[in-house]
This record gives sequence, C-alpha cells and structure tokens, in this order.
Amino acid sequence: MTRPTPETLAHRATPATVAAAVNSAPTVVAPVATTGAGALVRSLEALGVEVVFGIPGGTILPAYDPLFDSKVRHILVRHEQGAGHAATGYAQATGKVGVCIATSGPGATNLVTAIADAYMDSVAIVAITGQVSRAAIGTDAFQEADIQGITLPITKHNFLVQTPEELPRILAEAFHLASTGRPGPVLVDIPKDVQQSQTTFSWPPTLDLPGYRPTLHPHGKQIREAARLIAAAKRPVLYVGGGVLKAGATDGLRKLAELTGIPVVTTLMALGTFPDSHPQHLGMPGMHGTVPAVYALQKADLLVTLGARFDDRVTGKLDSFAPDAKIVHADIDPAEIGKNRHADVPIVGDARHVIDELIAAVSASAGGVEQYPGWWNTLNDLRERYPLGYEEPTDGTLAPQYVIERIGELVGPDAIYCAGVGQHQMWASQFIKYEKPGTWLNSGGAGTMGYAVPAAMGAKVGQPDTAVWAIDGDGCFQMTNQELATCALEGIPIKVAVINNGNLGMVRQWQTLFYDGRYSNTELGTHKHRIPDFVKLAEALGCVGLRCESKDDVDKIIKQAMEINDAPVVIDFTVGKDAMVWPMVAAGTSNDEIMFARDVRPTFEEDDL
Amino acid sequence: MTHQHTLSVLVENKPGVLARVSGLFSRRSFNIDSLAVGETENPDVSRITIVVNAEKSPLEQVTKQLNKLVNVLKIVELDPTQSVQRELLLVKVRADRAQRGQVLETVELFRARVIDVAPDTLTIEATGNPDKLDALLRDLEPYGIKEMVQSGLVAIGRGSRSITTGPALRAA
Repeated sequence: MTRPTPETLAHRATPATVAAAVNSAPTVVAPVATTGAGALVRSLEALGVEVVFGIPGGTILPAYDPLFDSKVRHILVRHEQGAGHAATGYAQATGKVGVCIATSGPGATNLVTAIADAYMDSVAIVAITGQVSRAAIGTDAFQEADIQGITLPITKHNFLVQTPEELPRILAEAFHLASTGRPGPVLVDIPKDVQQSQTTFSWPPTLDLPGYRPTLHPHGKQIREAARLIAAAKRPVLYVGGGVLKAGATDGLRKLAELTGIPVVTTLMALGTFPDSHPQHLGMPGMHGTVPAVYALQKADLLVTLGARFDDRVTGKLDSFAPDAKIVHADIDPAEIGKNRHADVPIVGDARHVIDELIAAVSASAGGVEQYPGWWNTLNDLRERYPLGYEEPTDGTLAPQYVIERIGELVGPDAIYCAGVGQHQMWASQFIKYEKPGTWLNSGGAGTMGYAVPAAMGAKVGQPDTAVWAIDGDGCFQMTNQELATCALEGIPIKVAVINNGNLGMVRQWQTLFYDGRYSNTELGTHKHRIPDFVKLAEALGCVGLRCESKDDVDKIIKQAMEINDAPVVIDFTVGKDAMVWPMVAAGTSNDEIMFARDVRPTFEEDDL
Repeated sequence: MTHQHTLSVLVENKPGVLARVSGLFSRRSFNIDSLAVGETENPDVSRITIVVNAEKSPLEQVTKQLNKLVNVLKIVELDPTQSVQRELLLVKVRADRAQRGQVLETVELFRARVIDVAPDTLTIEATGNPDKLDALLRDLEPYGIKEMVQSGLVAIGRGSRSITTGPALRAA
C-alpha cells in the first residue's frame, strides 16, 4: 500500500530541503550511540540552533546534561513565559526559529501564553517540554500536565515523542513546520524515559509529513485577474500585513507600490515593511490608525491585500468595512481568504512570489502616482488636515507621546523597538518612524501584556550589535520584569523605557470614554505610592535605573541611557495619566465613525472622489 | 437537513488525530451531526466521515481549517446522490408474545435482522441511510423502544474511482 495520493508524496519535504531551510551547509552525522537526550541536543546543533531560552526541572533534566557541553547557548530565564517571548523576539528579530525549553507540568503551562502569542502573530518558535515517563502518563503523576492537549488550539502542530529513535525526525519536522508556509509555534513534548533511553543518532533524518504542503506559488490566472482589477481601479489601496514582512518581500512591495502609484497602509504587524517616510505611505489602519489610512480603506474601490487577515481591529464593524471595494486577497494560508471578508480574487501563495508576479503582470499598465490624481488629492488633503499628533498636557505632566517620539528620533531607525500592549504600544506604533523591516516587534494578535521585556531580550540575543529598546507600560512591566535579572547576568544590555502613567492606561482610557470615568481597578499605585519604585527595582535586578519626570530632561536621559552598554537600563518615565490614544475607532463601531480626537470627527469632502 | 454535508477526511493513523479534528470543529463553532472513524485499506491511513450542518461559506472555512491540520491528508465531500451512505442501528423493542409477529413483519419489511431474543423483547440490527432508519424507528415506536444505539454515518463514492485518486476538496 502506498500513501493516499501521489501528489502528497511529491510535496513531501526531503532532508535536503529542511537542511537548506535551517542551515546553509547541511550537516551529516554518521550513526552514533547516544541517549534520547543526546539525540535531542545533537539535533538542535544539526538544525543550526545557536541559542535556547529555558529553565530546567525534573522531567527535562536528562536533556540539560548534554546541553551543558553543547555549543548551543542556553539562557536561563526566570519564568518560562519569559523563555517563550524571548524565543519569539529572537525569531522576529532574526528570521530564524526561536527555541524555548521547559519542564513538565507548571513549566510547560507557563509557556502557554507565549505559545498562544506566537500562534496569533505567526511566529516560528519551537517549544521543547519534558514530560513524565511514558508509564506514568495519564496517572496524574507529579508535575504531569497534558501539554499536547493544552496546546492543540494554539500550535501549528505538536508532538508527543514516543521513542528516542524518532527524536531527530520529529525535531526536524518541528523546525520545518514552524518556519515554512504560514509560520507558527510547534511544541515537542518528550517523556523523561525517552530522553534517558539509549538510541542511535544520525543526521539528516527523512521527514514524514504527507499532509503538509503549503502553496508558495500563486496561480497565474489569479495574478492576471488581480492585475486586471488594479488596472481598472480608480481608488486602490495596498493593504499590507505581517505576511509581507515574514516573506522578506519588502523590496518587492516598494517596487510594486512605486510602479503602480497605489497608496500603502501597513498594519500593526507590518510596520517597517514599507518606510514610514515614503510619500505613498498613509500609515497604519485600524482602531488607532491614521485618519488617511482608515479613510483610504473605507473609500477604496479596490483593496490589494497582501499577507493581512482583515482582523477586527483593522476592519471595525465588518459589514460596513470598505463597502465599495473589490478585494484581492493574497495569503499563504488559504483559510484566511474569505474568512472575514469575501475575496473577489483569492490568491494563495507566499507574499514574495505574489508580489514579484504582480509586478510582472502590472508593469505594462502601471502609471505611477500620476494615475490616481483625484485619489491622491483627497488623501493628501486628509494627511494635511489630520496628521498624527497629540495635545500638550495642561496639568504640567510629561506627555507620554513626547517621550516616545524623542526616543524614536534620538535612537533612530536602525534600532529595534519592542512594545508591550496598551497605550504605550499604540503611541510607539504612531510616533516612532519605522524605516526597515524587523525593527518593530510587538504582540499584535494576542495582545499579551508582559511581552516587551522578554521579547526585547530575545531580540538583543539575536541582534547583539543593534540597540534594542523595549517601550513598556507600568502595568506590562510588572508582569515580566524578572527577565531583567537574566539580561543583567547574561550580558544582554537592553533598554527599557517604562512609560509610567500609574495606571492600566488603555483600560483607563476606555473607562474614561465608555464607563463615565469610573476608574474601576486601573490605578496601579506606581505614581501615588511609588510601589514599586522602578529605579530601585531596576537596581535590584542588576540594571541601571534612571528616572525622568520633566520634558527638559527627556533628551538628556535618553542619551544617558544610550551611552550605557555594559548593563541593561530601565528608565522610569513618569508621565501624565490622562493622555489618550487618538485617532480611535471604538470597538464594534464602523471605521466611518473614526474620531480624530475626543469629540472631534474628521470631515470628509466626498465630492473629491 | 438542507445544509448537511458529508465529508470524508483521510488522516494519518496516529494517536490524537481524532481529537485534533473534533477539537477544531468545536473551537471554530461548527456542529458535528455525526462522526465515524476507522482504518482504511492502508493501515497508515484512517478515514473520518463527518456529517456537518453548515452553509456553503462556513463549510468552506471549516474545510480549509481541516486542511491545515498537519495529519489531514485529504478531504472529499461526498454528494448523497453520488455515494452510498449508511448507518448502523441496534434497537431493543418491547415485543411480548402478542406483538412479536407484527414486529417481525416490520423487521422483514425493512430488511433488518433480529440479533437477540428475550421473553419480552427483540433486539434488531438494521443498516441503511438515515431516512430508512428513521422510518424503521417510527414503525417500531408504538411497540415501545427500550434502548437504541446508532453508529455514525459512513459513506463511499459510487463507481470504480477511489477517493485516494479523485480530486480533493480544496477551495480558493
């Protein structure tokens, strides 16, 4: 008997393709006797893994023994969630697969948030967990948790290893699955006795994934149909998502944009994919997007959607989103196409191939920005009338937006910025100018508070020569700042700008707007009581702690932080609590109801169209 | 009834695959009307027959999500007119001496079989499409149904072509 269809075999990854995906020179290892743990560590080496983030414990102990002698660097984190986000930050900053390790039970469940986060943002990480010995599985043994079951809905795939012999193949499959097609987290759960058993290790293994065959090359007919719609459109928009970044298609995107003259919007996950300084860039769409970007989507007659997924934070009320637009939707994941919005032209493929083929298909008819004079007039007018901005606080407090803007200007576009979740994240997306791919890391889909510090740590490990700034909130910072101890001890000198407004700022903003200013449980006490004192906390964690409370000191203190490169630096920017993120499309409402500022609705001159 | 679709899903015969498939349905808010699973002619491959009640666009979405599962090899929708669809029914009916003859007549009529006899009951085995089994149950109901159990639907395409060589259901 053979496999069900010949086509499935043709798509099966070979050892050569997986080796090429992870390592330029495929490693070959002749059979050698070792343990399951030895096979695990040797597999990681053969896969080109440079660093893993983790914490040992009972059931993963066998793996830590050979890891002790390995060239793979292990970074001992303080909480497994930190290991998970660090692997994510590493993957996002390098384009390689990030790896985290934990023991069974609570060690594994502590990874869950980070795995869910990576799943929502399609980040290639591999999580390796210890499991109780095979005979004890299902007996409620000490530190037993069904982590395979728990992570079924939040992994691209997961494995429970049954024998030491299958370890190399499963690890190669895990890396292959994590990093190809639509990337995502893969978990490998390894019982302790499998790690301890004797086996023979050799490399490379043969992958056995008959059901996995991502479509990379778009259908020519669909590309031609998309080109036809582009040629006919009067008000087109390139709606660009994180898929373009992951496909490494930024150069192609720029070429396509300039060739056609079509306005570009980049989602939260795609900031840096298209230079913020580019005249065709309208900014970010969505709940806190720019007025021109949101308006452009609403009034477009064609959305050329590349690696984006019509997330509710972008579309607002779905049935009033872009009502006049025909939709070209290109994504590597066919399930995204038509999920939220019907696609007139569905294109399944890798964004790089899609963009390259679109360039070829539209070349003949493309006329640059000149082709859409009315459309550009309208959009340029909106850009002029509704630029991103903020009001200087009248109570003498420091404006958080000013702090973030100054960090962006002084630190510059070569640095990596890594945000938590909330107001500071939105301001960091708005007021820092991103010019290059991979310079903006954040938790977009899951909205994981606490992402910034560990992700910045992972990014810095992956890009040690690049300045890495975490822009964090005082709420977020208190969720994962323990990893600063890791940074201090492991020589990972990140900068953390805590935008400390003493509150869970975004929640407070919603309470201001939608709950009559009833501030239920959003005051954190970091202002009123200075608990914790972030400067002292930073020092206790082996970092340099700085504080900035006035506008005059902002530049000086940022520069002071920039000069410290032998230790992590935490800056407590004590800012006003009343600043709000604008523009805003309130949750569940239509993008047409975007507010430029509180009680300020933009006016649109419909006749320009 | 109008939106019922029968999906034949070929999957790798590995532990936990059924949980992945059924979990996907519940997670994405799709109701499974019936599910049956078993090995195929290839011991490495299992076949899951799922009857799902969904309109065209959600069905397309669930099919795409199923296709994303790494252990799923192929999905084919079986058109009821182009396939044979069967369920198995075991039913224990009250049948004392007076009623037994009438019950046996019904059994005969539906080409079912009696598989167990007790002084006051008959246990009947029947296979057929869901409509036929519904009709049988309707006829047996007046006598008193003490217990019944039904399998999930299994289905196979008509004609000589095999599901493994035919086209898969892959939208968009």
